[in-house]
Amino acid sequence: MEWETVIGLEVHVSLSTQSKLFSGSSTKFGAEPNTQANIFDAALPGTLPVFNKDALRMAVRFGVGIGAEIGKRSVFDRKNYFYPDLPKGYQVTQLDYPTVGKGSLTVVLSDGREKEIGVTRAHIEENAGKSLHEDYHGMSGIDLNRAGEPLLEIVSEPEISNAEEAVAYLKKLHTIIRYLDISDAIMAQGSMRCDVNVSIRRVGDTELGTRTEIKNINSFRFVEKAIHSEVQRQQELIEDGGRVIQETRRYNADRDETTPMRSKEVANDYRYFPEPDLLPIVIDDAYIEAIRADLPELPDAKKQRFVEEFKLSDYDAGVLASSRELAEYFELVAKQTGDAKLAANWVSGDLQALLNKNSWEVADCPIQAERLASLISRIKDDTISGKIAKTVFETMIEDASSVDDIIEAKGLKQVTDSGEIEKLVDDVIANNPDQVQQFKEGKEQVIGFLVGQAMQLSKGKANPGQVNALLKDKMK
Amino acid sequence: MIEKTVAELSAALAAGDISSVELTQTYLNRIGQLNSELNAFITVCEDSAMQQANAADTARAGGDSGALLGIPIAHKDIFCTEGVLTTCGSRMLHNFVSPYNATVVERLNSAGVVTLGKTNMDEFAMGSSNETSFFGDVRNPWDTKRVPGGSSGGSAAAVAADLCAMATGTDTGGSIRQPAAFCGITGFKPSYGRVSRWGMVAFASSLDQAGPLTKSAEDAALMLNAIAGLDEKDSTSIDTPTDDYTAGLNNSLEGLKIGIPRQHFAEGLNSEVEQSIRDALKEYEKLGATIKEIDLPNNHLSVSAYYVVAPAEASANLSRFDGVRYGYRCEDPVDLEDMYKRSRSEGFGDEVKRRILVGTYALSAGFYDAYYRKAQKIRRLIKNDFDEAFKEVDVIIGPTSPHTAFELGSKSDPVAMYLEDIYTIAVNLAGLPGISVPAGLVDGLPIGMHMVTNDFEESKLLNIAHKFQQSTDWHTRKPAIKTEEA
Repeated sequence: MEWETVIGLEVHVSLSTQSKLFSGSSTKFGAEPNTQANIFDAALPGTLPVFNKDALRMAVRFGVGIGAEIGKRSVFDRKNYFYPDLPKGYQVTQLDYPTVGKGSLTVVLSDGREKEIGVTRAHIEENAGKSLHEDYHGMSGIDLNRAGEPLLEIVSEPEISNAEEAVAYLKKLHTIIRYLDISDAIMAQGSMRCDVNVSIRRVGDTELGTRTEIKNINSFRFVEKAIHSEVQRQQELIEDGGRVIQETRRYNADRDETTPMRSKEVANDYRYFPEPDLLPIVIDDAYIEAIRADLPELPDAKKQRFVEEFKLSDYDAGVLASSRELAEYFELVAKQTGDAKLAANWVSGDLQALLNKNSWEVADCPIQAERLASLISRIKDDTISGKIAKTVFETMIEDASSVDDIIEAKGLKQVTDSGEIEKLVDDVIANNPDQVQQFKEGKEQVIGFLVGQAMQLSKGKANPGQVNALLKDKMK
Repeated sequence: MIEKTVAELSAALAAGDISSVELTQTYLNRIGQLNSELNAFITVCEDSAMQQANAADTARAGGDSGALLGIPIAHKDIFCTEGVLTTCGSRMLHNFVSPYNATVVERLNSAGVVTLGKTNMDEFAMGSSNETSFFGDVRNPWDTKRVPGGSSGGSAAAVAADLCAMATGTDTGGSIRQPAAFCGITGFKPSYGRVSRWGMVAFASSLDQAGPLTKSAEDAALMLNAIAGLDEKDSTSIDTPTDDYTAGLNNSLEGLKIGIPRQHFAEGLNSEVEQSIRDALKEYEKLGATIKEIDLPNNHLSVSAYYVVAPAEASANLSRFDGVRYGYRCEDPVDLEDMYKRSRSEGFGDEVKRRILVGTYALSAGFYDAYYRKAQKIRRLIKNDFDEAFKEVDVIIGPTSPHTAFELGSKSDPVAMYLEDIYTIAVNLAGLPGISVPAGLVDGLPIGMHMVTNDFEESKLLNIAHKFQQSTDWHTRKPAIKTEEA
């Protein structure tokens, strides 16, 4: 039997405002428990919310950034449920009138195909606190530092067909959010989280199957694995004559399976109603246009420009544009060296590998753009070869001196003196009579071996072009 | 001295006829004599009151003045007061000492008042008789077998019995005006948004409004001067300029157009109460006003709409009382659910539970449209009725309550109790300012006259009330407090 999968994603992103959504408490990550909770955050009687307009600016920035409709009048609602880390007994969110309406994202898949995935809406809401279940001897601790932090919940249309598309959508969302500078969007720290709605149906069916919701997945890889495992579970269930029931599940990474959450964890009637302590947020065109005018160049536009301006391949341009910091780094290096191709190779190759290996952000990297640019410049002016440059690059990680000082200190400067090169070439010809003979008999590819010998002899410092030319000349 | 109005006391303090310390001590003595009988106060702040009185006298000696400097006040126990028990009349908050001041309290403190204590009230302001308080019934000073009205019953009784010069109250459906009527004092609910709700324990957020309970309309104006105005801590407080509410008190009422709603002079109204109001209206005619009958055609829907909207909001507002962070927590809970259930079952009284249940039901999936949404539509219709009326008249006048204060324990049916607020509730639903002033006595019990103007016309309303009090003396009548023992 042939099945198709229908996936919708709900992504929660912590907006990087200085203070909370409705109180003046700081939102800084990692503080001691309850040091960032004031009387409002603890829901003392008589306290009232005051809306943080910076959260609105960020939400609208997101909406404008993905070309979505913007709600000129958004309304907060109370979502009622009891939980100790929800001090008011309700969460303030936006139900019927979200700040961001319909929009879309375009993702590029591994086969090069592009797909547009609809965004249904994005609404502003407050985060809950954290329950700490350990170290309290049969009781639980509550940390309200996170309570009331602003979240943007971004809801996709059920237009995602498989795990690859889901991950591509998430990565694109991540990139755009980072470009817009509205959130760190770090899944491991919880500043970006994902709920996945999954259903399957027979190919050709128009009705959607019954969906399950997998809550709170915190890495791209787990999203992929959770979808695979849930799709498989649903298929086996139906093929064995069972029925999928609509429920909330969690993904257990250790066992690579989804399991139902206890029904108590899933409140069923939230009794939404408009939050009477807050007025509707009303914005005008001028507000939206001011935010539009302030938008940075976004990844799709940047990629396009890289292709046109720097003649990069679609792929290279895509890799570089996938991170704002990396793209800016690349552009600096390209401009400073005047060689975009070489800059792209170094940035998406050696630099990216270095960042990945150490889990560094671009900002953490000991080799900043100016230094990489001077390294590349030294390749271009034949001070060093590309191969020696790799050695210099390795040294630069530990050694903060200038590129020139490192080359000088390590004696890596390329040999271009024709006298020295001639001596090298003579030695190689004298020491490799067999290969010289083969060359003379017309086996020209042997030149590579001979150049290699010369390079080895010079410890990599000889200019390979010069060696090559002189060898050919002498073996005529 | 203690029977005087704030305006009179203010003049006496300014003239040096009396000090705030003397005045405060006199009120504290009277509280000591009468509170066990009236039960108007939950907390009396003797030491801090004397300190504040001293500070006020020192400030005055240093050249400070101000209408409220050194005037002893009582706060309804719904206002958070820093370092002082703030119970809201509930077991749920029987041990809650607020770490902060309500904006109303803060502003009055800045004006130099002396806080005598916190007054009794219906639990979470839910009630019209002060019988739902965890701290016991308040007795009406005019007849201690009768209720003082509610929910600001402690404040009304305290002002009426001269246990304080003035008091704060809150009004969600009539909770300032109805007890003011039952106790023979002036009770004023400003427009929604005029006074900050920060630090006022929420009952129904879209209806709650703080206001003064005083011995005259002039005193209400003096108090409103101190508490009115935008507060950035309350997003629903209104950014419209506030007046000096005393400036227009003596404006002429020549040409004033009074509207009398047919629906407020209909079945259910006690005939002697009606006669008193009609007599009062004659005073206005003498002052140059004209009177015409008007219609508030949707008024009969107001109690029903209110008892959907207010409990719905309350059901969410009271969710924070869960035993987790402060207030009442049951003994030895076995798990989280047990803690929630028993803390809330034991911490809330019956009326509060009833309203939480009603509100939860009204918001439930499948019932929202039939109840909450419909009630909001009715609310709009009610506001439209007033908008239409104010095209023709300046003020709407009628009785505050269909009858005088009833006997303790005489209304056991909740719906009968809800109908107590039939004349006052629509004003909250529409967000308008309303005032109750004494307008007569029936069988030795006071009658309240209810007056309503358009949005933010507090000055006009106080002017209308003040002129009546200049030409009548109902507001100066005092109960001869007969205690049961005496």
